[in-house]
Amino acid sequence: MTIDLFITCLNDALFPRTGEATVKLLERLGHEVRFNERQTCCGQMHFNSGYQDDALRLVRHFVETFRDAEAVVAPSGSCVGMVRDLYPRAAEWAGDEELLAEVNALTPRVFELSEFLVRYLGVEDVGAYYPHRVTYHQTCHAMRVLRVGDAPLRLLKNVRGLRLVELPAVEQCCGFGGTFSVKNPETSTAMLADKVQNVLSTKAEACTAGDNSCLMHIGGGLSRLQAGTRTVHLAEILASTEGEVFA
Amino acid sequence: MSAGGIVPQRTFQEAARATLANAQMRRNLQHATTTIREKRLRAVAELPDWEDLRIQGAAIKDHVMANLGDYLLDLEAAVKARGGHVHWARDALEAREIVAGIASSHGAREVIKVKSITTDEIELNGGLAERGIHAIETDLAELIVQLSEDLPSHILVPAIHRNRAEIRDLFRRKLGAELLTDEPKQLAEAARLYLREKFLTTKVAVSGANFAVAETGTICVVESEGNGRMCVTLPEVLVSVMGIEKVLPTWQDMAVYLQLLPRSSTAERMNPYTSFWSGVTPGDGPQEFHLILLDNGRTDVLADEVGRQTLRCIRCSACLNVCPVYERAGGHAYGSVYPGPIGAILTPQLLHLENKNANTLPWASSLCGACYDACPVKINIPEVLLYLRGKITEDRPLSAEDTLFKTAAWVMSEPHRFEGAIKLARTGQGPLVKQGAIHALPGMLGGWTDTRDLPAFPPQTFREWWRGRPAPAMRGTEGNAQASEGQPLAPQREERSI
Repeated sequence: MTIDLFITCLNDALFPRTGEATVKLLERLGHEVRFNERQTCCGQMHFNSGYQDDALRLVRHFVETFRDAEAVVAPSGSCVGMVRDLYPRAAEWAGDEELLAEVNALTPRVFELSEFLVRYLGVEDVGAYYPHRVTYHQTCHAMRVLRVGDAPLRLLKNVRGLRLVELPAVEQCCGFGGTFSVKNPETSTAMLADKVQNVLSTKAEACTAGDNSCLMHIGGGLSRLQAGTRTVHLAEILASTEGEVFA
Repeated sequence: MSAGGIVPQRTFQEAARATLANAQMRRNLQHATTTIREKRLRAVAELPDWEDLRIQGAAIKDHVMANLGDYLLDLEAAVKARGGHVHWARDALEAREIVAGIASSHGAREVIKVKSITTDEIELNGGLAERGIHAIETDLAELIVQLSEDLPSHILVPAIHRNRAEIRDLFRRKLGAELLTDEPKQLAEAARLYLREKFLTTKVAVSGANFAVAETGTICVVESEGNGRMCVTLPEVLVSVMGIEKVLPTWQDMAVYLQLLPRSSTAERMNPYTSFWSGVTPGDGPQEFHLILLDNGRTDVLADEVGRQTLRCIRCSACLNVCPVYERAGGHAYGSVYPGPIGAILTPQLLHLENKNANTLPWASSLCGACYDACPVKINIPEVLLYLRGKITEDRPLSAEDTLFKTAAWVMSEPHRFEGAIKLARTGQGPLVKQGAIHALPGMLGGWTDTRDLPAFPPQTFREWWRGRPAPAMRGTEGNAQASEGQPLAPQREERSI
């Protein structure tokens, strides 16, 4: 099928490898991948920070960009959570019925990568190879807003060479929360400290997740500790093969 | 320090900075919340119809909110028909005056209280003290908080931040108890001896209310220690203060909440004591009963379509126990008798979004959503947090942050502006980047780099990579050309350092 990528602003600017991996992965599975260069940002940062009028500008832009897509897939539970869960709120609170109708028509076609693979395409083995000890962090939006459930774990369990180790207190937030990490840095850091300790307790070489925002936070803590354990996006593990190592 | 109130004296960030520094408190809290979280999950899993109960719990409350005036009038009529008195209090001051007036009319110098967060909300103890009336808390945890001139830090376990050694010292000092150890049994016995005398000699009691049934005028208090049972049966006069949102239409509705509340709050199938009383019964229990119906901002919350769901709250504290922010910052960081996620939405609304400290509370969340999942009446706390953030941001004067966000929205609504901004940032980051990461940022963003590194902008964005891809027909070999078989696992950002 033809898949429209939503690469998200954070991935585009800071984590392009995740986008590259997503492209390679979906093409390897036989799909036609498109990248509409009109896309920018989902507006979550604005909406969550209280700038709902400004977010609305980005909501409209997203809807215009992806209106005709067959399926929109993003390597980010957080941004897809914004689209599916909060775009309707944004339109409702603005009293924009027309936008609400457009949003409701579009959102059933917007997917987070792991749920798209497992739930929509029915693929659990993507033919990946990644010979490392890995722990998986369940990100809040994927878990509680999108309800992706065990889709990422099913994918990871089918990665050859990968040893999956369970992360203690996996359901707890890493403390990023977008601007929360800057507005309440002390509380955010206290949450991160526990997450980092839990990651280190698994003795994993890499901590993976479906969201580079959470990974940027966890990775930022690990990097400051010079802990050796690194963070890597799920898409990069899934895209890796014996011939091409992404992560 | 006063014994409660809902007005925060500091911003969340300032208060949290202080509470986070208390390592003992953090350990106490982490232990307590982790234990109860696991217990709650087990207690909830026992009921196959839990999700249906939650839906009912939300629906009944929504129905009540849509018809609140009618049910309150029914409740008033039923209470009066059974020999009780009903008072309507617009705000905290009115409510305090009513309670003080009743106590004074009986010449009371002391009143006993059963745990009631609503009376803390109206700062009743302080109000009574001004009239020379001493209020004695009878809930063990409330007593600890009162004797230590502290503030409650949890809805259900107000002294959750205290450990046993601290309590032993407090009881020695304040109750003159000859305590040899900090064994829970000894601590409870010391409190029991002190309280028993108060129960038997005090004429006026003040209680809260978990629920009130409109059809029969019945008030309900749910508790664990039996002190509530003593308060509502032994004294001659009983005054119950309840928020107007606590009314339920019928006894059948009660059945839903008596399943939802104990499992959500203490992870018990049923709490040890559930007391009901309807007006007065000659020769049995208090012979004078007063019900105070408190508004104190609630009708304004009711008037708001999105914020309204906050009034479904049954004060179970499940949201506190699952909240990662509460677990670290503790209850005092919220500066109000309503801490945790529910406090973060209730407090600012009760204060009409006019208190600048309370208005920092909607940002005291990482929006992880654990509170919404745990809430037995399905209050979408993250949604209300966002809604309040929007209202507060809209109403306040323009700040530097506002300009930053507005500019960002302008930049990001056009791809070429967005791309230009990334290029600018990539060039500008030069002096900040060391070994592929940023270790110190200026200004507001410094809050991040105090404890965390930030990846540097890589030399190429995704869209630049996309544009540089060979045309589809050429792609077959491109992957292998860049293959790096056998490459050791190395941090990405070192590969990409500028």
